[in-house]
Amino acid sequence: MSALLEVDDLSVAYRAEGGDVAALRGVSLTAQAGEVIGIVGESGCGKSTLAAALIALLDANADVTAGEVRLNGRDILSLHEDARRKLRGRDIAMIFQDPMTAFSPVLTMGDQIIDFQQHTGLSRAARRERARQMLLKVGIADADLCLRRYPHELSGGMRQRAAVAAALMANPALLVADEPTTALDVTMEAQIIHLLRSLRTEINGAIVIVTHHLGVIGELCDRVYVMYAGQVVEEAPVDDLYHAPRHPYTRALIACDPGAIATRQGVLPTIPGRPPDLAAPPPGCSFAPRCPQADATCRSTAPPRVRVSDRQAALCHKVVP
Amino acid sequence: MTAVFDIEALQVDLPLGGALWPRLIGKAAPRLNILSDITLSIASGESLGLVGESGSGKTTLARAMLGLMPASSGTMRFEGAPLGSRASFTALRRQTALMFQDPVASLSPRMRVGALVTEPFVIHREPMGNRRERARELLETVGLPAAIAERFPHELSGGQARRVCVARALALTPRLVLADEPTAGLDVSVQGEVLNLMSGLRDRLNLSFMIISHNLAMVRHVTDRIAIMYLGRLVESGPTAQVFANPRHPYTASLIAAEPHPDPRRRRDDLAIKGEIPSLLQRPAGCEFHTRCPRATDRCRVEPPALRAIAPGWQARCHLAEPEPT
Repeated sequence: MSALLEVDDLSVAYRAEGGDVAALRGVSLTAQAGEVIGIVGESGCGKSTLAAALIALLDANADVTAGEVRLNGRDILSLHEDARRKLRGRDIAMIFQDPMTAFSPVLTMGDQIIDFQQHTGLSRAARRERARQMLLKVGIADADLCLRRYPHELSGGMRQRAAVAAALMANPALLVADEPTTALDVTMEAQIIHLLRSLRTEINGAIVIVTHHLGVIGELCDRVYVMYAGQVVEEAPVDDLYHAPRHPYTRALIACDPGAIATRQGVLPTIPGRPPDLAAPPPGCSFAPRCPQADATCRSTAPPRVRVSDRQAALCHKVVP
Repeated sequence: MTAVFDIEALQVDLPLGGALWPRLIGKAAPRLNILSDITLSIASGESLGLVGESGSGKTTLARAMLGLMPASSGTMRFEGAPLGSRASFTALRRQTALMFQDPVASLSPRMRVGALVTEPFVIHREPMGNRRERARELLETVGLPAAIAERFPHELSGGQARRVCVARALALTPRLVLADEPTAGLDVSVQGEVLNLMSGLRDRLNLSFMIISHNLAMVRHVTDRIAIMYLGRLVESGPTAQVFANPRHPYTASLIAAEPHPDPRRRRDDLAIKGEIPSLLQRPAGCEFHTRCPRATDRCRVEPPALRAIAPGWQARCHLAEPEPT
């Protein structure tokens, strides 16, 4: 069975002064319908580039140097711009980090959410009613009032709920959420996580959550891809990722999260060093300069992708199957 | 332990905008109550965490403490000396430092890092000796190479910009540093570095810190005491470890429970706290948290609770909070 979403050995480079920057280097991932996939990594690891590739919205200075992104078997990156535009909003929807910038400030929420359905061919009244139902579904009690409001009149949590509603209007096959809770308070974050979790049964497609927050991944996802320096360094089911991580970077990342440290500590663990410069990636393992287990092989030879089980794999010399 | 900063029954109100008519007829403009009945003290060498949702008044409190927002009533003392006059706040700002939420936005884009970290000397007309040499020393304290002094803020990474802000805050060796969301927007590995740097400097220079944040996991590890705010009031304050182990105010308990766990085996199915923080324009009657409180009773809906002592140095504003058995 072929997956709903397949990213196959995707490499993307940004043209920049002084040479190309390899933002993605051979990334592969799959998502089945009904799955919630997490992509986690620190700033600069390429997760936002990957998210942009998933919705076929890469920057103008980005070149796909290898690989494909297939949605239902169709390569979406090679489509013509018009076809890609049709894809977004019909088959693919996106939830952004800051819902304030995702909505137009000069139109009411109603104008926008009703507009998003122009491809359905429904009457305006019917579209309005659908928008109202959807807002109720995402937990906005006074949907009529919300439709009359402008984005700035809603709180951050409300706007994010409305953004989720807008994304679901098209009944997308793929829903990509880029840092959906980063701009919110803990209380609102918990509510949006709760909402996304309750909606997963209603969406017939896959949800991809892109975040740097391990807590959000832990609460929400089924399978996780950990990214470092433009590569997927580990993929695992969520339980194995937190309880049996194999890649040293995954382990270091989990160890750093203050939420994962049970006893109070005055000194917090860190990962010494910096991620490599992707304009000139190191020849060996990109994590080797910061890895406590690295040896000469790690520094000179690119690591193999070692399968630990049928659902877990790590990009590391030191991992034995 | 002596207190560096003392706040007693602080209240801050702001005039409501658009109140032209009352002003024209010579009446006092209606005022919106932002902070009320805040009593708090920060001991020497102590690190205090100030926690609450957006709109709970955390940043307003920090601004009021430095005289950037006028207090309507209440008293504040810095090292025993009362604050209030313009001159007292100017003197206070010489011995305190405020680290703003957005590090890049708080650094002037036209100045080089070297000039930025030594700017406090210029502002307060303090002697600094050789400016270049002093900049190098300050950058070294926060673990940055001297070459950074030649850069502009936009050339810095998020972590570096934070460190520059720490260096700038420490320039005049303050007694108290108010840090507003010191790790917002940082990666976890870098967040640890910045916090370790801050606690290292605290021990070495005997600084006091007030850390404003809504990141509970972080506050739990780096503060000695914690104060939780809701709608401009303190609802609970006490020793961090004890408050986390056994929170007495339902709001504190829900905040702790709402934190996402980096462990799929501890997923929560229920929602710890529903709804949103009410508007300051429509403060609920009685206990202000009753609209979202899972334990609210009829009494909570009518009678505003007073602060109750739980144990020495530990208070909660809740009708249901029982004192610690002794």
